[in-house]
Amino acid sequence: MAYTIAEKPEEARAFAAETAKDEDPAKRTAFDEKVAAEGKIEPRDWMPEKYRKTLVRQISQHAHSEYVGMLPEGNWVTRAPSLRRKAILLSKIQDEAGHSLYLYSAAETLGVSRDAMLEALHDGRAKYSSIFNYPTLTWADVAAIGWLVDGAAIVNQVSLQRCSYGPYSRAMVRICKEESFHQRQGYEAMMALAQGTPEQKKMAQEALNRWWWPSLMMFGPSDKDSPNSEQSMAWRIKRDSNDDLRQRFVDMTIPQADYLGLTVPDPELKLNAETGHYDFGEIDWDEFWQVVNGNGICNRERLQNRRDAWDKGAWVREAAMAHADKKAARKLAAAAE
Amino acid sequence: MSKEWPLWEVFTRSKAGMHHRHAGSLRAPDAEMALQNARDVYTRRGEGVSIWVVKSVDITASDPDDKGMLFDPSDDKIYRHPTFYDIPDEVGHM
Repeated sequence: MAYTIAEKPEEARAFAAETAKDEDPAKRTAFDEKVAAEGKIEPRDWMPEKYRKTLVRQISQHAHSEYVGMLPEGNWVTRAPSLRRKAILLSKIQDEAGHSLYLYSAAETLGVSRDAMLEALHDGRAKYSSIFNYPTLTWADVAAIGWLVDGAAIVNQVSLQRCSYGPYSRAMVRICKEESFHQRQGYEAMMALAQGTPEQKKMAQEALNRWWWPSLMMFGPSDKDSPNSEQSMAWRIKRDSNDDLRQRFVDMTIPQADYLGLTVPDPELKLNAETGHYDFGEIDWDEFWQVVNGNGICNRERLQNRRDAWDKGAWVREAAMAHADKKAARKLAAAAE
Repeated sequence: MSKEWPLWEVFTRSKAGMHHRHAGSLRAPDAEMALQNARDVYTRRGEGVSIWVVKSVDITASDPDDKGMLFDPSDDKIYRHPTFYDIPDEVGHM
């Protein structure tokens, strides 16, 4: 959201095609200097083709994540335990739709069309955050998502507010403002369970057991296995490394779990008095790559739901457009009379 | 693939007395739906009391490559700023 005023998609596409061929070293130097000096790059500024492609990939993946992220929570709208919780959940899901919109818009400023991005998602070429390929088995999972998944997303997004690409950075600022509600409502729902009956507390603990490791995986591969990170850091697309962000999340979250009286499912977790940070066990990277590569519990179901929603909504999109065209033509005819 | 809905730019006024400011963009088939969608997307938490929507294609923007030509000339006209003028302290605040 909030681009240079008016990003016209056709023009953005033409501009992208044109700059892709232009590798003027002077422009490259000016770009590097601007980025190094914490300057922001705006849609119509010259940028290296790889910078553009990296951003398109990252922003569209981020948009897809918000978009697919509505599904695990949507699963519980009709079964929320009270009207209050239901209203909150609906509101959160509506925010996620808005977040995906801001991000699709930001990606569109780079010359990629929204339909093309959705097509890439639907035919499986594009990725989205693997966390949404885990199921929400009980109401406590919805609470855990708000607390942990949105909590992890905030850590990542706060960092991305300082991204060198203006539209992405502005989208992050707006999203962070709204996301805080998501985490707090999740923690509150978790608190209600943790302080409830023994059965409720057990439910909360089990949800934490299910979501803890996938939440840590949200920060991506370890730095040593993340070959693209270095360039992204140099271009200030990424501002903190995966491992640093993961550590920040762990340090923030453990005291919150302690307050709930719940235990994080990691026998190796302990506070390191020397560093002041929590040491934690090794992530199951096999599971991580399995889910990334489409073999998680819900990958197929999530994608199928998205495809169905898109296909079944086609007539609505077409009818709305046809109606708008007809109204515009009628207005034009009336003006000509 | 069917035709994509056109892109709209959304401007919101946060409260009476303020300018409308660019809030973001969205896609909608016509102005009426653009306005409704803008309400849902950009004013969910009391961010606005008024919304403008305008089709992105109807906005004419300056070219960033012309930045120098367009805006540099004002840099050397420092006499346009009040601090350019020396007024004795005895005169008081001006």
